[in-house]
Amino acid sequence: MSLETAVAAPKSGSGAGAAKTPAGKAAPRLWGRLKAIALASVVPLCLLFLWDFMVRRTGTRLIPPPSGVATMMWDFAFGGIYDDAYSGSLPIHFWKSVQRVYGGFFLATATGIPLGLMLGRIPLLRALLDPMLSLLRPVPVTAWLPLSMIFFGLGPKSAIFLVFLGAFYPIMLNTVFGVRSVDPRLFEAAEMLGCRGSQMFRAVVLPAALPSIFNGLRLGAGFAWILIVVGEMTGVPEGLGAVIMDGRTLSRTDLVITGMIIIGVTGYVSDRILLSLNNYFLRWSPQHNA
Amino acid sequence: MLDTPVTPTTSALPILRVSGLHKEFPSSNGMVEALRGVSITINKGEFICLLGASGCGKSTLLRIIAGFEKSTRGSVTVYGAEVDSPGPDRGMVFQDYALFPWLTVRDNISFGPRQRGVPTPTVVKETERFLDMVGLTSFADRYPHQLSGGMKQRVAIARVLANDTDILLMDEPFGALDALTRSKLQEELIAIWKATKLTVIFVTHSVEEAVLLADQIVVMTAGPGRIDCQIKVDLPRPRDVSSPEFNALRRDVTRRLTSHVSGGRSIAATADS
Ligand SMILES: Nc1ncnc2c1ncn2[C@@H]1O[C@H](COP(=O)(O)OP(=O)(O)O)[C@@H](O)[C@H]1O
Ligand SMILES: [Mg+2]
Repeated sequence: MSLETAVAAPKSGSGAGAAKTPAGKAAPRLWGRLKAIALASVVPLCLLFLWDFMVRRTGTRLIPPPSGVATMMWDFAFGGIYDDAYSGSLPIHFWKSVQRVYGGFFLATATGIPLGLMLGRIPLLRALLDPMLSLLRPVPVTAWLPLSMIFFGLGPKSAIFLVFLGAFYPIMLNTVFGVRSVDPRLFEAAEMLGCRGSQMFRAVVLPAALPSIFNGLRLGAGFAWILIVVGEMTGVPEGLGAVIMDGRTLSRTDLVITGMIIIGVTGYVSDRILLSLNNYFLRWSPQHNA
Repeated sequence: MLDTPVTPTTSALPILRVSGLHKEFPSSNGMVEALRGVSITINKGEFICLLGASGCGKSTLLRIIAGFEKSTRGSVTVYGAEVDSPGPDRGMVFQDYALFPWLTVRDNISFGPRQRGVPTPTVVKETERFLDMVGLTSFADRYPHQLSGGMKQRVAIARVLANDTDILLMDEPFGALDALTRSKLQEELIAIWKATKLTVIFVTHSVEEAVLLADQIVVMTAGPGRIDCQIKVDLPRPRDVSSPEFNALRRDVTRRLTSHVSGGRSIAATADS
């Protein structure tokens, strides 16, 4: 998640008189967007020039200049330049990584949210599971790598397991936090209106905890992309992580940087998608619309 | 008028009976006694105001009636059936609204009937009826954060009405509103009460509000919370706050409320077993 969205201040509250933006406001808004884009590109462009300048200045052969990476990226995506094992192979690597990242992420979502909802609401379950979950939490996900290779063997399952582990905790913990911080009046109001037992989860607990759940999902998706590289070190032939590892062994830094940029951009786009889902599902809450 | 103990007329039908209610809260230094021996009988269709200084246990009493809180001793019965949990027969309107922020005005109002499995066509019809009754039809698709305090409280009232409640419990519902909005809502509440023939238990610390609204004022005193006396208000409605009768009664009630001294005529003595 980007800094700007992580610390975004609440949108200026749309009060009782909230009206649609009049057409006259569209132009300044467009201008504001352009300005934001221009400002956001200043630092990357400077870094790009610095990179290029330093490579030329030092004459290093360990790091390619930006143009070299650009050529590699083109070849990786469409082929026709180097004609080696990596030419035009982006789609297959990308697709494999995306499958594993979202496989692990959806597993973490499908277990983390229900478990978090129940842990937040059922004291007995909390007493049973909380100590163990808290003990396991400080163990870095990368430390699970050897065990995960024993459990799942060399291959994609291991990568999915690591991604799952990394995404599970932020999703589950944020869900618990969300449930625990719901105004108890809302539960009283629902009970008094005749909402009973398990209905409460769907009708009150889940929607009330949603702002916090979305925070967890965005953190979890971020971790998932971080962990894919570690996960794909476990001897899978395809995937962006595997490509980066190969690049390292073959001393092809252009390939490594290409892989890094693609992961960065994909992670960013995936966070934007989650953010727009967030804004859609939390349109009722002005403080949670980033 | 003031010191007449109210004995329910034989024709009136008791809907709610509170008898010998005690409530203690655990606290850092022992138990805090919030209610001691509270007994009242409320008849169907009555508008009752619970009046008392803050901290005298009004909210606690109302929350026990609602079923949110368990009493230490004593009982609450609705039509003779013991109350032990919240239920749709007793609808609460909170001071801080407690609307579901993720639901629109319309969905807040239809929440109760939907949860209880009322058929959709009925839910839709009833929701529109109560939206209209509280004058929010044109705001039906707004979210709570887009409403003023007065509108939020109208939604909270409609939400309870749409749930087909028997007893409307209101805990200082207009306490956070400005004076103009408050008097508008007081007027509307009386109109709704007349139209629906609901039984209302309305908590307030404002003497004027109690005299304006109530059929009967139940005065509570603090330390621990007890019922001091019950005062019947038979001023004709709509009540005129500037009339001499209104002001005479308001003075009497205020005096009663601030005297606090001699234990007063506890209704517990007449109604308890
Ligand atoms: N949950 C609670 N825990 C401990 N003490 C409480 C609790 N609720 C109320 N009390 C105490 O009970 C007394 C009555 O409170 P309350 O019913 O809120 O009064 P009122 O609504 O008339 O202002 C107060 O002394 C208050 O401190
Ligand atoms: Mg109170």
